Amino acid sequence: MLELAIGIILGCCALGAGAAMIAGIGPGIGEGNAVAKACEAIGRQPESKGDVTTTMLMGCAIAETTGLYALVIAILLIFLAPGRFVNILLEAIK
Amino acid sequence: MKIKSVKFLAVDILLMILAVAPMLFGIALKILTNPASGGIEIAGARIYFTLKLPIQDLPITESQINSWLVIFSVFWLCIYFTHGISEKPQTKRQLIAEWIIETTEKLVKGNMGEYFSGFAPFVAAILAISAFSSLLTLIGLYPPTSDINIVAGWAILVFILITYYKMKCGPVHYLKSFGDPVPFLAPLNVISEVATPVSMAFRHYGNILSGTVISVLIAAALQGLSNMVLGWLPGVLGEIPFLQIGIPAVLSIYFDVFSGCLQAFIFAMLTMLYISSGFPAEDYKKRKNKKIKSEVN
Repeated sequence: MLELAIGIILGCCALGAGAAMIAGIGPGIGEGNAVAKACEAIGRQPESKGDVTTTMLMGCAIAETTGLYALVIAILLIFLAPGRFVNILLEAIK
Repeated sequence: MKIKSVKFLAVDILLMILAVAPMLFGIALKILTNPASGGIEIAGARIYFTLKLPIQDLPITESQINSWLVIFSVFWLCIYFTHGISEKPQTKRQLIAEWIIETTEKLVKGNMGEYFSGFAPFVAAILAISAFSSLLTLIGLYPPTSDINIVAGWAILVFILITYYKMKCGPVHYLKSFGDPVPFLAPLNVISEVATPVSMAFRHYGNILSGTVISVLIAAALQGLSNMVLGWLPGVLGEIPFLQIGIPAVLSIYFDVFSGCLQAFIFAMLTMLYISSGFPAEDYKKRKNKKIKSEVN
């Protein structure tokens, strides 16, 4: 029975990490849009390439934030959460 | 001091050795303390030893040691660059040093305005420490920036600076700025204020850590793949990791070099933008003018 419980905990942590990374879709679309518009802008005004590139990188970094929050949660779920949940379970059984 | 005298050269070599020595020390420490492990593993920073303190024990980890090594290395490198500096540039490295200073000053003035031009050394320090810390992966050391404690420390420092410059017009003005545009939005403003350092820390740490994790996963996958391809050969021939030669290096150009330098740049840019945008420049000018007037009267 204990093995089953621990297996459920590990499996659910892995599933949760996978589900959390669905958030990667958002930054992907957002950064793609940003880069597309930056390319258009550079095509229109090639002389402003430096400024556009800097601004685009900044925008990309900020758009990436939500994806990185998801990444941090996924990493916590994979590396930290299983051990902690199993400890809680073992203490509850005692 | 005369260029190309023996003394000058000796000091040069000494400074170079001092700049490289921390890295060698870090590699030696890693080799001596890390137990030999068979497979590829993803692990956090190793704890070297724990200091006993009254409130809570303070573990001294790999990331702390490595960030101190980076600090020493950058320090000696700076002294090396400015060694033998003179009005007329006599050495190539003086030109490099001047280029670095001019670029950062231009960057800071362009992004923050004239009032903050004194911020150039701070921004340059953040850039150097962050970039060098991320590039530590290239020599096989644990990058301190992939530990959230280090990056969160920098983010808290930046947050203190932001709050200091927001408080320039007095605490009342600072508290009033939370009730902008409507007072009942104050809780949201507080949350967005707190989210600034959190997002800065997570952005830097997440990018570097994800690069490390992906590099390790790819190395492990390539090892498995080359085992599958060559596994049927007898003896040592079957264990040649031929796919692991070269391919991880190409990926490392993106994940370690490009991503590390880009994150350092973004951290510095965000620092500048947050500090200069949080500073109420017009109100501060009005306040200063009022003070001058009242003193004159």
